[in-house]
Amino acid sequence: MSMTRRHFLLLTAVAAAAWDSIIAGTPEAASTYNMTDHWYGMLMNIEKCIGCGSCVRACQLENKVPDGYFRTWVERYHIEDWTVENPTVDSPDGGKNGFVELKETGGKNFFVPKLCNHCADSPCTQVCPVGATFHTPDGVVLVDGKYCLGCRYCIQACPYGCRFLNPATNTAEKCSLCYHRITKGLTTACCENCPTGARQLVDFKNPNDPIHEFLKTHSVQVLKPYMATKAKVYYYGLDGSVR
Amino acid sequence: MKDFKDAGHLFRLAAVFAAVFLIFLLVRAALVPKGFGKYGHFRAEAIAEAMDKPLNYAGHKACEDCHSDIVEVKSKGKHKGVNCESCHGPQEKHVEDPGSVVPAKLETTSLCPRCHTANAAKPKNFPQVIPEDHSGGVPCDTCHKPHTPVIEAEAAEVKK
Repeated sequence: MSMTRRHFLLLTAVAAAAWDSIIAGTPEAASTYNMTDHWYGMLMNIEKCIGCGSCVRACQLENKVPDGYFRTWVERYHIEDWTVENPTVDSPDGGKNGFVELKETGGKNFFVPKLCNHCADSPCTQVCPVGATFHTPDGVVLVDGKYCLGCRYCIQACPYGCRFLNPATNTAEKCSLCYHRITKGLTTACCENCPTGARQLVDFKNPNDPIHEFLKTHSVQVLKPYMATKAKVYYYGLDGSVR
Repeated sequence: MKDFKDAGHLFRLAAVFAAVFLIFLLVRAALVPKGFGKYGHFRAEAIAEAMDKPLNYAGHKACEDCHSDIVEVKSKGKHKGVNCESCHGPQEKHVEDPGSVVPAKLETTSLCPRCHTANAAKPKNFPQVIPEDHSGGVPCDTCHKPHTPVIEAEAAEVKK
C-alpha cells in the first residue's frame, strides 16, 4: 500500500500525540493518593510509653537502618527531686532492646520516644546546598538519597539530632515518616508496632482524625518550641526537663 | 540602513552573548534533573521514589482479612490494642505468599518480658513482673494465652 500525503499527515499527528505521553513517563503518585489532601504529624503519649523498644526495632527492620544508627529511639529520663534542670538520660542502643531495670530510687522516671519532628519550618532543609532534602506537599521532610552529597550540613542543623550519615551510602538519612506506608493508607512501622498506642500517626487535614478532639481536650507540647521550627510531633504528658 | 553602518562590532558582540547564553541553557538542561522545581527546590521524582520503597510490615488490616478468628478472640482480651506484627514480627512476605512463608512460632519466655519486665520508668498502671521471680523460667504461655492474657480462673476470682 502506498502512503498518500493525507495518510502521512494523519499518522504524524497521532505519533506526535503518542510521543507526548511517552516522554511524559508515568506521573508521580499515579495512584489515587493526593498529596495536598494530607498534613502529617505524630502524637506521643508519654503516659503510655513502656520503653519496650518495639518502635525502634520495627523502624530498623522496615527501613533497613544500619546497626548503631536510629531514625527513632527511646530515651529514659531519671530526675531527682532537686535536679529538675539536670535529668539523667540514657538510651542504650536507642532503647532497641528495652532498658535494664532501674531500681526505684525516688524522683521521677519516664520514657520519651523521639524521631524526626517533620518541622514545617525545618532548619535542615534550609541549609541543604543542593536541594536534596525537602518538604513534601503533605508535610513530610524527606531526603533524596540519589541527590545528597553527604556534606553533613543538615545533620548539624537539626536541633533534635534526628539525622545521621548512613555509612553504607554516605548520604544523610532520617525518619521518612514511613512515606512508602502512609501514602498507601497504612500507618508508620513504629505506630503499627507500638503495643500501647503511645505513638499515633496523625493527619491534620483529615477532619475525622481523633487528633482534633485530643488537641481540644489535652495540653500538648512540642520539643524545643523556642527553636520556632514548627515541629509536628506533639507530646502529651511531657515533662519540662525533656530537651 | 545608514544607522547600522558602523555597528558591525555590536552584532559580533551580540552573537557572542547569544552563543554563551545558548551554551548556558544547554548545560543547564543537561545538569538539572527531570522534575526539579515542580514542587520546590528538589527533584519531584524523589517523592515517587520514597513512595516505592518495599514494605516489610503488612499492617494489621492485612492480617485481619484472613485471621478473623484470632481477631475475635483478641478483641475480648487485654491485648486488643496490640497489633499482630508487634509480637509476630514483619509479615509482608507471609501476606504475599501465605502458603510457603509461615511465621515462626514465638518463644514467650523471651517475648513477653520485652514489655512486661518491671521498670520504675514504666507507667504504674501497666502490668509488670520480675520474670525470674514470677515464673522462674517457665514459658509464659503455660498459664497465659497470649491473645487473651488474663487467666480466666483468676479473673473470675476477682469478679467475686
